[in-house]
Amino acid sequence: MSSRENILSRIKQNQPELLPLPDLLVLGTEQYDLVQKFTEILEGIGGKVLQVSDYEEIKKYIIANYPVNARVISTLTEFSENKDWQTADPHSLKDADFLIIKGQFAVAENGAIWLTESEMGQRVAPFITQYLAIVIDKSTILPTMHQAYGQIGMADYGFGVFLAGPSKTADIEQSLVLGAHGARGLVVFLV
Amino acid sequence: MLKSSSSLTAHNSQLGTHSERAEIFNKDFDRTTWHDETLYFVRQKRDKAAFQINDWELLRETASQIKNNVLSNMHDYLVQFEENAIKNNIKVHWAADAKEHNAIVYGIISEYYKGDIPADTFKGMVKSKSMLTEECHMNEFLAEKGIEVIDTDLGERIVQLAEEPPSHIVMPCIHWKKEEIGELFHKHLGTEKGNKDPQYLTEAARQHLRDKFLTRPIALTGVNFAVAETGEFVVCTNEGNADMGAHLADVHIASMGFEKIIPQKKHLGVFLRLLARSATGQPITTYSSHFKKPREGQQMHIVIVDNGRSTQLGREDFRNSLKCIRCAACFNTCPVYRRSGGHSYHNAVAGPIGSILAPNLDMRANADLPFASTLCGSCTNVCPVKIDIHLQLYKWRQVLVQEGYTPASKTLAMKGMSTVLSNPSIFKFSGKVGRMLMDKLPFLVNNSMNPWYKQREMPEPPEESFREWYKKNRK
Ligand code: SF4
Repeated sequence: MSSRENILSRIKQNQPELLPLPDLLVLGTEQYDLVQKFTEILEGIGGKVLQVSDYEEIKKYIIANYPVNARVISTLTEFSENKDWQTADPHSLKDADFLIIKGQFAVAENGAIWLTESEMGQRVAPFITQYLAIVIDKSTILPTMHQAYGQIGMADYGFGVFLAGPSKTADIEQSLVLGAHGARGLVVFLV
Repeated sequence: MLKSSSSLTAHNSQLGTHSERAEIFNKDFDRTTWHDETLYFVRQKRDKAAFQINDWELLRETASQIKNNVLSNMHDYLVQFEENAIKNNIKVHWAADAKEHNAIVYGIISEYYKGDIPADTFKGMVKSKSMLTEECHMNEFLAEKGIEVIDTDLGERIVQLAEEPPSHIVMPCIHWKKEEIGELFHKHLGTEKGNKDPQYLTEAARQHLRDKFLTRPIALTGVNFAVAETGEFVVCTNEGNADMGAHLADVHIASMGFEKIIPQKKHLGVFLRLLARSATGQPITTYSSHFKKPREGQQMHIVIVDNGRSTQLGREDFRNSLKCIRCAACFNTCPVYRRSGGHSYHNAVAGPIGSILAPNLDMRANADLPFASTLCGSCTNVCPVKIDIHLQLYKWRQVLVQEGYTPASKTLAMKGMSTVLSNPSIFKFSGKVGRMLMDKLPFLVNNSMNPWYKQREMPEPPEESFREWYKKNRK
């Protein structure tokens, strides 16, 4: 017998009698001021949240806050026409300084943003870039993770991530340090 | 001084039982106190996060019921998961034990190199946190084959450089002080001598590991949740190391114990709400990555491991331990863990839950672990999937005594304690006797028959117990 058959037959023999799945509909009843809660939570975990009226305002912010010679990549034509990086070897993104993309939706209770590879341009992009900016449509903020998975539904993707804040670690004596391996900073533009 | 008093490294009870190792750990009083306080601080962050969710208790109950369903339908969920993963172009492997797991991983590497593994260092693997590969001693196995495994979680890299196993499943180097890490990095990464600034040291590790991510073709990750309905798996990190490894590598291997399976994607909502809040008090980990299909040109493998789990599933009293989502809340709250350190447990998974899992793997070698508890029940109170941890520890004691595996020093005192704890009227009575004993015959409590006495003064007995006080004053 192969290990597969062996393991599965032992499991079948040893598993207890079938128990029902619980109902999830009773969960996720928390009521929040969505924009306020999302902002408060994300800023609490090291992100920056800015409310803007249009893409021009975002551009102005980037120009004012990041060095001119930075390598900026984006999936949004408003910021960059160049799409070559999306099909290049992922290792070639090692010198990306700034990535600006659009998130599908966000979650108020934990400051998480849902991205799939089509929003990322490349799977490694939001991790390997030094700084990350994500545009979120305010009207897409959902209260809890239950609504979030409802929204994702059975949509297909190869890779997706709930991203909440910049990369961080507290492995050295519990001191919080931003920028462990992923992006050192996250700014979210709410439009 | 580099080596902490806890650096009894090997996962091997030959180097001492829990209490012997704890005794060594306890010799450094300041470090023990610091360790205790650091962990309790994390426990308090967990409480704060939990209190912010109205439905916290309902969430725990729901998570527990989902996991009960998973245990009862494990066979079908695994078959469904495999079927869907294959549809997603993921290669699925099954490993009966640690040895087979390691052989499968080696096979994948060797196939990638078409049997001709080059001798340079770039053939190696980057690995993000996976307690399962610790359980399987995979790093040691691959090292013998000439394949270098680089641990990429900062805490894991620290203990790896120090040639130690992790002492905690979420915070692997929680027993290390920053001065010691500064010294370690000075030696291995060339940081300036005496610099112990966490920001500076983290930056050094970032640069060091970025180079590894960019040059290693094979990445191994653990699995937090595997979804039967869709064949995808979720990996949670704060650092982003799992993603840096997996998205740059040509080959992604994910190792999972079969109990990581959950029925449907919507159930992730329940577990992701509980996991980080229970672990560190964060609302969610920075990255909750859903791997469903390999990227173009990449190979993705999943190794589903049994290694004793199907036996545990058949033990009615202990099968609940397979519900564990490895949040470590039970470690952080445990008065024994906090004051004895992770290495005292001589098992990949330490703490209260490790003490239930370990005897299943090897009763003789781990017979001491279910006794490394005061049975206070704090673990059970914080567990996000409602495992009856302290009761299982108590039950293991009975099994171990019956099977004749108990360490003699514990049997006498603990047997008395077990009877006492399972019988409230004796408890009341013995409390009284205990106080009288402490008043009159302190040497008797303070002798070597009481294993909890070591390295600590017994508390001053209160004049009267709360129970007596309450009885007198309740009117
Ligand atoms: S037993 Fe419960 S509290 Fe302990 S690590 Fe597992 S899930 Fe967390």
